[in-house]
Amino acid sequence: MSATAATANDERLVQVSRLTRVLRRPELGALMGAVVVYLLFSATDTTGKFATIVGGARWTDVAASTGIVAVPVAMLMIAGEFDLSAGVMIGTSGLLAGLLMTEYHVAMWPAIALTLAFAAGIGLINGWLVILTGLPSFIVTLAMFFSLRGMNLGVTKALTDTVRVAGVGDVPGYDGAAKIFASTFWSPYNFRISVVWWVGITLLATWVLAKTRFGNWIYAVGGDANAARNTGVPVRRTKITLFVCTSLAAALLGVIDVLRLKSMQAGQGVGDEFSFIIAAVVGGCLLTGGFGSAIGASIGASILGMAFIGIAYAGWNTDWTWLFLGVILFLAVLVNTFIGRRARGARK
Amino acid sequence: MTDSPHAHEPAPAEMLQAVEEAATPHQHVANAFPALALRGVTKAFGSVIALNDISMHVDTGTVTCVLGDNGAGKSTLIKILSGVHQPTEGQLLLAGEAQSFTSPRAAQAAGIATVFQDLATVPLMSVWRNFFLGNEPQRPWSRLRVIDGGLARRTCRAELRAMGIDIRDLEQPVGTLSGGERQAVAIARAVHFGAKVLILDEPTSALGVKQSGVVLKYILQARERGVAVVFITHNPHHAYMVGDRFYLLNRGRMLNEFERETVTLEGLVTSMAGGAELESLAHELKTFSR
Repeated sequence: MSATAATANDERLVQVSRLTRVLRRPELGALMGAVVVYLLFSATDTTGKFATIVGGARWTDVAASTGIVAVPVAMLMIAGEFDLSAGVMIGTSGLLAGLLMTEYHVAMWPAIALTLAFAAGIGLINGWLVILTGLPSFIVTLAMFFSLRGMNLGVTKALTDTVRVAGVGDVPGYDGAAKIFASTFWSPYNFRISVVWWVGITLLATWVLAKTRFGNWIYAVGGDANAARNTGVPVRRTKITLFVCTSLAAALLGVIDVLRLKSMQAGQGVGDEFSFIIAAVVGGCLLTGGFGSAIGASIGASILGMAFIGIAYAGWNTDWTWLFLGVILFLAVLVNTFIGRRARGARK
Repeated sequence: MTDSPHAHEPAPAEMLQAVEEAATPHQHVANAFPALALRGVTKAFGSVIALNDISMHVDTGTVTCVLGDNGAGKSTLIKILSGVHQPTEGQLLLAGEAQSFTSPRAAQAAGIATVFQDLATVPLMSVWRNFFLGNEPQRPWSRLRVIDGGLARRTCRAELRAMGIDIRDLEQPVGTLSGGERQAVAIARAVHFGAKVLILDEPTSALGVKQSGVVLKYILQARERGVAVVFITHNPHHAYMVGDRFYLLNRGRMLNEFERETVTLEGLVTSMAGGAELESLAHELKTFSR
């Protein structure tokens, strides 16, 4: 390669690489999907509310309850691991917080603190088991999923003789905690406060992934764990930290739910783990790790939220929601893979 | 070594010696301890003994070549030097002090930089992120360990240019680079961070003639900077071009040790090949030289 030729071509190369850089973004496919879904449900809307601020308040509510956990799940997927126990962990932590308050009369804030500590412990166990046994995290966290699911039912029934914990609204200090975890803002549209948590977590995760050393390690660990280890990245610590973060995010959502509903069903959260994974994958995360973004996962969560609300507003039978999500998942991954391959294959 | 302080015009033999000394000043470095040394190191994986009673030393400002065929234990040796494996028996001494690295990170912190055969780059990550992986420069005010992206990109570009590689786009994933470019990134990275000891695992094995030359030149540059270079290869020709000391590994044992002054290229090749294989190899080499 001659130096003069390289300089002569420089202008053109910069132009090309700028386009490539946009195409290389993991969340591009999801963003295009979100626009299509938004337009689709704006067109099919029968209530005239979907494309208004009121409609926005509704679908962001649904999106937040997916996105709060989908973002750390996406980070974990970038690091090359899954957490299938993230869904049921919402129920576990909600039940634990509720039981501590109602059955053991622990005050509001200590109960929340204990719940988060418990969740961190579960995340730690997930992480350690994956690292120590070397088994796929898919299996380890699936086992954790079933264990927690059984515990949720067993413990709740043993302590309350029902499958739910109720009466959280009467606990002293409820109003203060509810203001932070379960209130609304911007009346008269009444956006849920969980949306703020969701946006905050997304921004924090995006910043961590793009700007910090830990973010660099997350991509490295998922991209090539061996290379990461050889260059001195603490692979175990990185993965375990992410398992803990995922579990903590699920517990946060559990606390939000139990305060909002003032009660908790033992089956809460079961099945949500796949929503998180769908959101992350739609948002451009590779199942094999090493690639993806937090914003992408949040856009994925928005698509889920828009689909749930949009199908109801369109007057369709809500049974079709899951079919719709299945198709969206497939199309988004198809587009992501296609674009990603072209962008990465492009040398110049 | 004889010294003649009264002779103003040294005899030809002494002059030759003086030239050699000037060419290899490292032989008389004041520091009594080698930068890195192994003493009686054995490494076993279950019932397989990959390395058996290996002793060697690597001096500051020299290139130490470890030669061996496939299966000789070169890779295991590297992994012990760089902290990936711990020796089953024996000691690793850094500047005369016994060290026990529990991780590559610990070895790195002690000043041992390694370029692995598989390059230890993450294909989906950008060039500059790979360059600083595990050693991310942090903003001075940052307690949150924020990467100084501007500094990282500038340094990465400068270091690559110093090696004669002009990467068009530092944001492009390393997986899209050619083999030679990836090698360049990995070596430039190791040199940039290799404060005291630089270990190169077969850096020329996947490269063409011209790029091999560039890499060899870079090895010498690193030596001039006072780095102790460990050059692991199965190519005696490449080793002879840059090496000051040569160790020959075979089937996990240290077969032979040569100083630059006491060995010829033919001697190296002979020792490596040995026995019946030698004749065919010699024949092959002759056809090359024609």
